[in-house]
Amino acid sequence: MLEFIIYKSLICVAVFAVSLGIAAYSTWWERKFAGLLQDRWGPSRAGVWGLLQPLADGGKMLFKEEIIPNVSNKFLFVLAPGLFIVTAIMAGVLIPWGAPAIMNGTTYAMQISDINVGVIFLLGVTSIGVYGIMIGGWSSNNKYSLLGAIRSSAQMISYELAMGIALIALIITSGGTLSFAEIVAKQDAGVANIVWQPLGFLIFFVCALAETNRAPFDLAECETELVGGYHTEYSAFKLGLFLFAEYINMFVSSAVMAGFYFGGYNFPFAHELYNALGLQEGSWIISLIGFGAYFTKTLIFISVFMWIRWTIPRFRYDQLMNLGWKSLLPLSLLNLALTVVVEYFRGNIKF
Amino acid sequence: MQLTNRKVVVSNKEQSFVEKMYFPAIINGMIITFSHLFKKRPTIMYPEQKREFAPIYRGQHVLKRDENGAERCTSCGMCAVACPAEAITMESGERKKGEEGLYREEKYAKTYEINMLRCIFCGLCEEACPKEAIFLTDRIVSSDFERDGFIYGKDKLVEKMDQRIDVSKRQTPEVLAFKKIPGLKHNELHTEKLNKGKH
Repeated sequence: MLEFIIYKSLICVAVFAVSLGIAAYSTWWERKFAGLLQDRWGPSRAGVWGLLQPLADGGKMLFKEEIIPNVSNKFLFVLAPGLFIVTAIMAGVLIPWGAPAIMNGTTYAMQISDINVGVIFLLGVTSIGVYGIMIGGWSSNNKYSLLGAIRSSAQMISYELAMGIALIALIITSGGTLSFAEIVAKQDAGVANIVWQPLGFLIFFVCALAETNRAPFDLAECETELVGGYHTEYSAFKLGLFLFAEYINMFVSSAVMAGFYFGGYNFPFAHELYNALGLQEGSWIISLIGFGAYFTKTLIFISVFMWIRWTIPRFRYDQLMNLGWKSLLPLSLLNLALTVVVEYFRGNIKF
Repeated sequence: MQLTNRKVVVSNKEQSFVEKMYFPAIINGMIITFSHLFKKRPTIMYPEQKREFAPIYRGQHVLKRDENGAERCTSCGMCAVACPAEAITMESGERKKGEEGLYREEKYAKTYEINMLRCIFCGLCEEACPKEAIFLTDRIVSSDFERDGFIYGKDKLVEKMDQRIDVSKRQTPEVLAFKKIPGLKHNELHTEKLNKGKH
């Protein structure tokens, strides 16, 4: 029992630390990558290639003056960024970072918790995140913040639907399981879900962009129209938490996409590699290699998010709504229907 | 009349289905941005690398001293008159006995100030100066947080004897030829002039 508690707390701390670390260094990589795409060098002053930049930014955020507007609802004002970041980190609970390792007859999953309704939990937690934005925008008592918050929550609700239906198609493909770990484990045979769900992946990807408030869907915070969006009144570390949570969201949704559609810790010719190395099934080295594969895929997805941000201009709000309701929703329904037909002929569904 | 070869005829044709999907266009755009990852960057890492200025670049002013170390400026005020931005102000003083090594002529500038926020670096002061005392150099006016810091007095403008500032790059052949006109022969050594008077 004690062993179990130690192992679970260790993995909790590790996931927490990795999420925060990745979020911090995403800010650096975002700037660096943006620079490289725009024929600049990006951060290069703080440390080698500006690698100390996130620390400098964090320090600045900590020591800045904190302002809470007099007319705000102070309790909710302070609560909102915390709520936002907590929900962002919570979604990371599900991610199975590697194949389970067997040591001394005990199986150690590289995952904090394997919830058997994982997909539903994921959708639920990510949609709680909108409360952080909504409360933050409302409690500021600033109409621009409120407008930003409303836009953001409307956007999230619109895209959640298409995302959910795309996920149903995915669940059908993976044989009806709702557990994240099982969905990843089912892709072991070398065929990732992307092969059976190309359209579903595309829909999920666009929705993930919209859900994380990333460009081209960053309408919650367009400076030109809404001053700063839902976080106009926030300063110092509370603003930092909002921005941080956005990057954590990005990290988690990248990991989710890599797990759901690109095989997670599985990769082509994995078994051949393990056999060549003479590794037993359930060895911790296999888990570690799998973790490396999963992490690489996640980082590639984060870079793709940034690549898109620096390529595509922001949507207008009506275009955003049109895309969500008139294109993605029908497309996801079509995808669901196609999936059912395809899976029937593959023999995975029987009537 | 054709002015350029980049003329495009405006068309209002309806978008085809493929165009309406936007995906080909988006992929195209993303390939374009990705290709920029491998392009050469024109960035100049400023404090370590410096861009080479044109030889005629006009930067911060200098008040030159002559070969003996005396200030050339005689506070005639021609530069202030010529200055279109009215950035130059000065106060004149009279040279006392024993100060011959400090000032070249009987009159000198007690204070000499250039407001670098007003200055437009046109170089008219330089052209107006009959004593070849003021020049614009290739140095950059440094930044400051206060406006007062931009009023440069003699402490910043007059060159130090041990750090003489080379302004020969600014002297194009045309300028040098101009300065050789006999009527403008004011650039001979002070002592030489005195010797000539004795003969």
